Order: sequence, then structure tokens, then C-alpha cells
Amino acid sequence: MSELGEIWVYLAREPLAALTATLLAWLGALRLQRACGRHALANPVLFAVALLAAGLLLTGIDYRSYFEGAQFVHFLLGPATVALAVPLYRQWAVVRRAAGVAAVSVIAGGVFAAGVGVAIALALRAAPEVVASLAPRSVTTPVAMGIAERIGGLPSLTAALVICSGITGAALGPLVLDWARVRDMRARGLAIGTAAHGIGTARALSVSAAAGAFSGLAMGLNALATALLLPLLWRLAFG
Amino acid sequence: MIGALAALLACQLAGEVVARALHLPVPGPVIGMVLLFLALLLRGREAPPALDATADGLLGSLGLLFVPAGVGVVLYLPLLARDWAPLSLAVVVGTLSAIAFTGRLAQWLLRRLG
Repeated sequence: MSELGEIWVYLAREPLAALTATLLAWLGALRLQRACGRHALANPVLFAVALLAAGLLLTGIDYRSYFEGAQFVHFLLGPATVALAVPLYRQWAVVRRAAGVAAVSVIAGGVFAAGVGVAIALALRAAPEVVASLAPRSVTTPVAMGIAERIGGLPSLTAALVICSGITGAALGPLVLDWARVRDMRARGLAIGTAAHGIGTARALSVSAAAGAFSGLAMGLNALATALLLPLLWRLAFG
Repeated sequence: MIGALAALLACQLAGEVVARALHLPVPGPVIGMVLLFLALLLRGREAPPALDATADGLLGSLGLLFVPAGVGVVLYLPLLARDWAPLSLAVVVGTLSAIAFTGRLAQWLLRRLG
């Protein structure tokens, strides 16, 4: 028993187990997605996060020791973001003709996303720091956390809300776009990238090269637009 | 593949340096994406096959890369539980209405302007 205990202590402390668990959870999530006929609602990010979060809660392993191992996967997010330039370059002939439309739609959509979130939170009488944490939730995590800090939100709460928004947009966004009869792949990509950043872009890339390129573009543009505009608008509205 | 990975990391590093030096509000990797894009544009030919393959490899599993940060939601369960009604409504309704709005607007503009 004490030997088992020692093995457990080793596994809980070393990064190897957390890294392996992350990859296995992802493979399991992909399997589950295929079993659901690759339906948009069957989002593998959601499945893998739920599996691992349940695992942590059940075993009592804290998130920080899990992240010791998982950080090797997390690190690749940086180079992967840079790599979004490649599909964008491949689709440049198509993107170039729609560049103006992309800029206008992303800026309007980004302001709309922040505005609706804030309006709902205000209507439900959420605390001011919760309202401020919700405003930047559509953009990629580091930008969102920086903005939250500047407008009086809680950066860590914003980080969680960014992930929730990304999963919501990736899982339900395609259904909403079908319902709104948005069939143009360029417009679909722009919408998903604006509201659901990288998690939405992961989904868009798996569906169509054009949607993926436009989604990556929208994610980058909205990060820039929201970082510049939101603190200004916030001061005008609440300052 | 190592050359391609080095190119990606070099762009990210340059992006981090530019972001800090110019106090830009955008994270290093996003600036790195712009730098790599400009480099490809200046080069003018098709992207090198190794870069193509490495980018496709990374982006093919892009979802996986969000999982470690996503599991971090466990840290905020008490906070999320306390304000679950405004948070879940704002996230779900806000995100989905923004997707419908942006998609409709973009499609309309694309039809109008070609």
C-alpha cells in the first residue's frame, strides 16, 4: 500500500503524468466527437476540458501541479498562433478582396459582442467588477486579461470567461450561422473568429480552409480593435 | 521541420520584443503572425513545404492547445457559481448574438461590395 502511495506521489508531482493525461483526454475527446458524427455541438475542447477537470476534482490534484506537465502543450499555443499566417497567406488572393469588409465586420462585431455581454450583466445587476470582467471575453486570453485589468475587472475571471465564450462559439456558433442563413464561408469565418477567438478558429479550420483563414484574421483584428477601443468606450460609458 | 519550428519561434520572439518595445496592447504571438505573414508576402512565392507541413501539423490540433488553459476553469468554479446567472447568460447570449450579427453583416457587405 505504501508502495502504491509512493507511486501516486510520484505521478501527482511529475509533469509526465499530466502531459500524458492531457494527450489521452484529447484522443478520447476526438473519438467522442467522431462517435457523435462530428456534430458542431460535440466540441472536442469541451470534452477534453470536462474529462480533465473532473479528473482533477475527483483525485484532489490541484491545477498548478497539473499545469506543470500541461504547460508543454500550452506553450505550443504561441507558435501555433504565429502559424495562422500560413493559411492566411494561402488564401490571400481571396482575403485581399474582402479586407475592407473584414475590418468593418470585425470592429462592429467586436463592439457588439462586448456591448451585449455588458448590457445583460447590467440588467441582471451583476457586481461592477463582474461586468468589467465580461466585456473583453471575446478576444484571445492575454489581450482579454490585460483589458480586464485596465477597466477594473478580475483578469482571472476573464480568462475563464474567454474559454467559456470560445467553447460556446465553437460548439453553437455553426448552428446559429445556419439559422441566420449565413452561408458564405468567408462571413462564417469572420463571425466565429470575432466572437470565439482561437477555439472558434480551431473549429473553422477543421471545416473549411477559407473559413479558417478568415477566422484567424478576425481573431487577430478583433484582438487589436478591442484592445484599442474597449478602454476608450468604457471611459465614455462609465468613466 | 526544425527549420520551420525555428522560424515560427523566431517570429514569436520578434513579436514579443516589438510588443514590449513599442508598448503595444497586442500579445507577441499575434504580432509574430503579422511578421510571418509579411515575410511570406515579401518572399512572394508559395510558402516553403516544410513550413506548410509544420503549420498544418500545429493547426490540425489547435483545439488541443487550449485544453490546459481550459482546465484552469476549475480554479474559478466558486466565482462562476456565485454569479452563474449573469455570467452564463452574458457568455451564451452575448457570444451567439455577436456571431449572428457579425456573420449577417459580413455576408451583406460581401454581397454589396463584391
